[in-house]
Amino acid sequence: MENITAKRYEGRAPKLRRFHQARWDEPMIFELGHPGERGILPPTVEDAIRDVAGDVIGALPETLRRADPPALPEIAQPQVVRHYMRLSQENLGFDLNVDIGQGTCTMKYSPKLNEQLAAMPKLTAVHPLQPEETAQGILEVFYRFERILCEISGMDRFSLQPGAGSAAIYGAASIIRAYHADRGKAEQRREIITTIFSHPSDAACAKAAGFDVITLYPDEDGYPDYDALRAAVSERTAGLMVANPEDTGIYNPRIAEWVRAVHEAGGLCFYDQANANGILGITRARDAGFALCHFNLHKTFSTPHGCGGPGAGALGVAEFLAPYLPTPIIAFDGAQYLLDDDRPRSIGKLRAFYGVAGAVLKAYAWVMSLGAEGLLEVSRTAVLNNNYLLELIRGIPGIGAPYAAGRHRIEQVRYSLQALCAETGVSSEDIGLRSADYGVHYWTSHHPFVVPEPCTLEPTESFCKTDLDEYAAILRQVADEARTDPGLVKTAPHNSTVHRADPEPLDDPAQWAITWRAYLKKRGASPQAT
Amino acid sequence: MNEKRPVHPYIPNSVPETRAEMLARIGISDVDELYHDIPEVLRLRRPLDLPERLASEVELTRHIVDILSKNTTCDEFLSFLGAGCYHHHVPAVCHEINRRSEFLTAYAGEPYDDHGRFQALFEYQSMMGELLDMDVVNVPTYDGLQAAATAVRMAVRITDRRRILVASTIRPDTLSKMRDYCGPTLPIETVPAVTTTGGIDLAALDAALSPDVAAVYFENPSFLGTLEAGVQTIADRAHAAGALCVVGVDPISLGVIAPPASYGADIACGDIQSLGVSMQYGGGHAGFIATRDEEGYVREFPSRLFGLTPTSVPGEYGFGDVAYERTSFARREEGTEFVGTASALWGITAAVYLALMGPQGMRELGEGILQRACYAMARLDEIDGVTAPLFDAPHFGEFTVGFDGTEQSVAEIHDALLRERIFGGVDLSATHPHLGASALYCVTERHTKADLDHLVDAVRRAVR
Amino acid sequence: MIDPNAHAGTCARIGLIVNPIAGIGGRVGLKGSDGEEIQRRALELGARPRALDRAGEALERLRPIADRIELVTCPADMGESVATRCGIPSRSIRILDTVGRGSTTAEDTKTAARDMLQAGVDLLLFVGGDGTARDIYDAVGEHQVVLGIPAGVKIHSGVYAIGPSTAGDLATTFLTGTRKDTRESEVLDADEDSIRRGVICTRLYGVLRVPDDVHRLQGAKAVRRGGAAAAMAIAERVVDEMDDDALYIVGPGTTTRAVFERLGLDKTLLGVDVLRAKASVASDAGETRLLALLADNPPARILVAPIGGQGYLFGRGNQQISPAVLRRVGWKNVTILATPEKLNRLTTRPLLVDTGDSATDRSLAGHVRVVCGADDVRIVRVAAVCDMNRESEGAGIR
Repeated sequence: MENITAKRYEGRAPKLRRFHQARWDEPMIFELGHPGERGILPPTVEDAIRDVAGDVIGALPETLRRADPPALPEIAQPQVVRHYMRLSQENLGFDLNVDIGQGTCTMKYSPKLNEQLAAMPKLTAVHPLQPEETAQGILEVFYRFERILCEISGMDRFSLQPGAGSAAIYGAASIIRAYHADRGKAEQRREIITTIFSHPSDAACAKAAGFDVITLYPDEDGYPDYDALRAAVSERTAGLMVANPEDTGIYNPRIAEWVRAVHEAGGLCFYDQANANGILGITRARDAGFALCHFNLHKTFSTPHGCGGPGAGALGVAEFLAPYLPTPIIAFDGAQYLLDDDRPRSIGKLRAFYGVAGAVLKAYAWVMSLGAEGLLEVSRTAVLNNNYLLELIRGIPGIGAPYAAGRHRIEQVRYSLQALCAETGVSSEDIGLRSADYGVHYWTSHHPFVVPEPCTLEPTESFCKTDLDEYAAILRQVADEARTDPGLVKTAPHNSTVHRADPEPLDDPAQWAITWRAYLKKRGASPQAT
Repeated sequence: MNEKRPVHPYIPNSVPETRAEMLARIGISDVDELYHDIPEVLRLRRPLDLPERLASEVELTRHIVDILSKNTTCDEFLSFLGAGCYHHHVPAVCHEINRRSEFLTAYAGEPYDDHGRFQALFEYQSMMGELLDMDVVNVPTYDGLQAAATAVRMAVRITDRRRILVASTIRPDTLSKMRDYCGPTLPIETVPAVTTTGGIDLAALDAALSPDVAAVYFENPSFLGTLEAGVQTIADRAHAAGALCVVGVDPISLGVIAPPASYGADIACGDIQSLGVSMQYGGGHAGFIATRDEEGYVREFPSRLFGLTPTSVPGEYGFGDVAYERTSFARREEGTEFVGTASALWGITAAVYLALMGPQGMRELGEGILQRACYAMARLDEIDGVTAPLFDAPHFGEFTVGFDGTEQSVAEIHDALLRERIFGGVDLSATHPHLGASALYCVTERHTKADLDHLVDAVRRAVR
Repeated sequence: MIDPNAHAGTCARIGLIVNPIAGIGGRVGLKGSDGEEIQRRALELGARPRALDRAGEALERLRPIADRIELVTCPADMGESVATRCGIPSRSIRILDTVGRGSTTAEDTKTAARDMLQAGVDLLLFVGGDGTARDIYDAVGEHQVVLGIPAGVKIHSGVYAIGPSTAGDLATTFLTGTRKDTRESEVLDADEDSIRRGVICTRLYGVLRVPDDVHRLQGAKAVRRGGAAAAMAIAERVVDEMDDDALYIVGPGTTTRAVFERLGLDKTLLGVDVLRAKASVASDAGETRLLALLADNPPARILVAPIGGQGYLFGRGNQQISPAVLRRVGWKNVTILATPEKLNRLTTRPLLVDTGDSATDRSLAGHVRVVCGADDVRIVRVAAVCDMNRESEGAGIR
């Protein structure tokens, strides 16, 4: 029997896989189907109902009657399934790839058990406006999970209403606004301070809530600059909204001083904990003095990312800010769980109803499966994985990790491929796209690219050592290719679903096509027209 | 802490031997050294006080099932609840596709490795575009509340005006959201409704319109279930004053009800939960915003907008972000409002739903709902003391029922219904006192004649 | 411009100027190539002119549109030698006769550029380094859209593509595309003697108009809406907040110039101009003039932008704003303007001040607010040059 396995190794190291993503060259759904085909049949209406109702459509005023049917596709069910199954094959989820490359996204395993629990009718078929006594189960989950988050963060109260992270950040900005308005300081306290390495939403949500934003640059070592903060703080400061660790993976050792400085000036401090995965059970927001914080349930707490949602955001506050939380809050009177909407100082509704219940359930289940010891293990392993990977990546010529020289990072690292780029002319974006030919990908950075030719990697606790070794080996391979065959890298990907897209039409109002109908209009009426 | 705990299934590198190898490679002896930037005074040196862990699937399942068994579902009881969350049928194929982990566990890959997600969402945008008769639709935002709040702020930016007029019959939660999201600098005023029809009082609208109004927002159907007969007039009056017409709709009605673009709306918005997403206690929402394909409108969307573009291979469909520079991802606080993870998977689900339904399905479904609601209203109205509908207007699937002619409060009537395993409609007595004792009832395609008859009989028994 | 749907007829006209000795020092370890002495030594050391090869690489990428291009170029090694490289038919190639055959001086470059501007070219391609960029600027200023094909060693000016074939691609996109956006890019005066001594010293020399494509230009950051829009956003905010009683002393650069443009006024690119009540008061003022204007202590403000790649706030090209002027106006009345792109290029390095008086420099050091957009304010460090113990180029990357 031939030793097939031996050919998969170079000495003891596994060779890189010969990956090729599914490429179905799938048409648009509008190009499928035929007139008359049906994908599903709605239930028929009984004659007795029809007799009573009469010509319901004719009875509508003409302006309200739909004149022409919508030009939706007409496709039979098997073909609908096939189309979407093919599209799903042309997608790499966490379940399929070593998803270390989505730095700041905290990609981790979403336990299948939790998916199944959340799919039970006892959650999915419950209406949010049912009498509370008929929804005691889900209300209990909300309440228990809020208590868990209070313990993890040190905060006194939580709202699980925000739709996701940025929604929670906006909620925090709204609370800060309301707090100062109540004290007659709305006109005076107009500035929110943030840092360039915090998530763009810390700046954007503050602005959306009506604040002026001051952004701080770090010091030469990439650490948040305390002197810059002191220069920014004034009697106009409404608050501080920062991430810690920042998106570079660097923890601000002076964070407590930052909070004190802002408090002394009369501002409130919000802790963006999107990057909490490395510090669960290690340090707490309230202990550093923050009065507000948030978590992303679809990051730290394992709920799946869903191609961009649904996720869920959790917004935590110290007791004195509890009156401002969005309404209703979930209360317990000793016997029953209740929805309390008698909240006169509340900022109102952040989101419909009470929150993304499915995500709350999954997050709760995840924490319950781990316990305190497990959460600590999650963070310690995430940080170990990250620093181990850092060792491997730093060994690749041309790739470095700027800042914090000689220090360890927390849960992610922003690397720079600047040296490789200068040597080869190949950009970080190109390297990332060539990585897709080996079944992985990475994300560079939010804008602005302060770190030149960036690449942000975040290996959560879900990855095993072999995963990390494989990822580093791929990056090393692509870096080599950048030197020996730059043309190949610059025109990547080659083994992915499609090839390099032309970015020009996307910024040109005369050419952009956000819907198929817009595309047809701009390119000529029939698909065959050139 | 002394017993040797098994390695957790979700944390492969907690195997002691692996850890040791990795520590050695880094050149440290304990993971704790990696936290050296965190000052000791901020270190939590005690275990978190959390419930005992349930490490096996057996224990965890038992725990969750026990808790959730305290819920009663709308499959076990007969439900007529609506008011922004709807118990429509979720096709099996929708369920199948949105649990595919290729979609479920993906996030923010490039339009190459995640081509499937881009195409699926582009097709969602496109099918919604057909339903709404508009050329630009966003990647979904959090929910209909956010969509409406952003839509009116878009109008503020587009017209460079500050005042916002909304119909008094819009969903109360939407108004609450708008007030917070528009903040203290953008005044929102409600325009009263005509008591008999529930439609916007045109005289009041005229009085309120002025050169500083950015938008006139109403919902069709309204929160109270009425369809607005004066849609064209409202849009015309808004435009004459230089304001935009912004309309919130339930997309499931658009197989039979005219889309807002047909009567002059500039921005359409709403929630897609009705399109194949289960209720999940209010956790299944996603918002859409749609406009014409004009640069001035497109540039004011905060959301991502996926666009079609050629690739280096002729005939290949490629995708990317349209006008990315307008977003906060690109320009932080200089971007438009903010954008983040929202509800993309429900967008893909809604696309599957619309593809299954097709134009015929949407029409049959819409007509069926109109018929069932009509039947329900007619039969309820026969009950002494009950008025259904309360408004003299066309309705889609929801309608307000008046109980002033009875001796009971709505709460008492609904308690009685509960004992018959029926969830009556949403009690409006406290939130809409001017309507007296009333409730908002919702009929969907899932209700059979027997269900509706059962409701009528139960109400008849409940009232005196 | 080329209409991609037309088969014949519409042509684009491009100009090509090659500085054949550009980059000659690089391979043999000499920095730069200005000066006959350097060039002679380089040739002795075995260096061969690479500039022509680079030009050829770029032209090769124009092959798909070769039949729709007219080329205007210089004789022999200043262009003609590679002109047919991409398949442009000879009948579409025009050789300037105003430049001597075999001559390759800076004057020749300027003559050729001026002639091409006159002849009306859609895009002027040139091969060279910072020196060539300066010559082109001297000749055509901001009146001609240009693009540099790099062949020098280290290039500081932002008018070059990241490589020769990228330059060719960029040219093709620009000529055939529907977007004709251009951006202003800085031409820097890099003192090559100082560079060879290890001291990097650049100052703003001028500004050239290049196709707006940040991904393919050297030194530009990934912000797709070009520098002009960002500068105008800053200018609008500054003008909105202007105090009509105050004297505004405005330093050199394109960002500060945008403030004047917003007011419909002309401004010298490299000089210090003064305005009050939204009208111009002085143009290209020296220290004496500025002190005279400040003599009776009017309320005054200074608007400055960091210049060049190293982020000098004071001391490179705005010495007119002397320590004396700064003392008169007061540090708290200095407003710093910078596009986000500019700041990000610094990564974490501070802005630098080198007024010539270390006491003044130190009083300016610390953290300052920088206006980066209509609503965008950032805080960065300012350091006195005398306190910087090293000139760092990278961001401390290990």
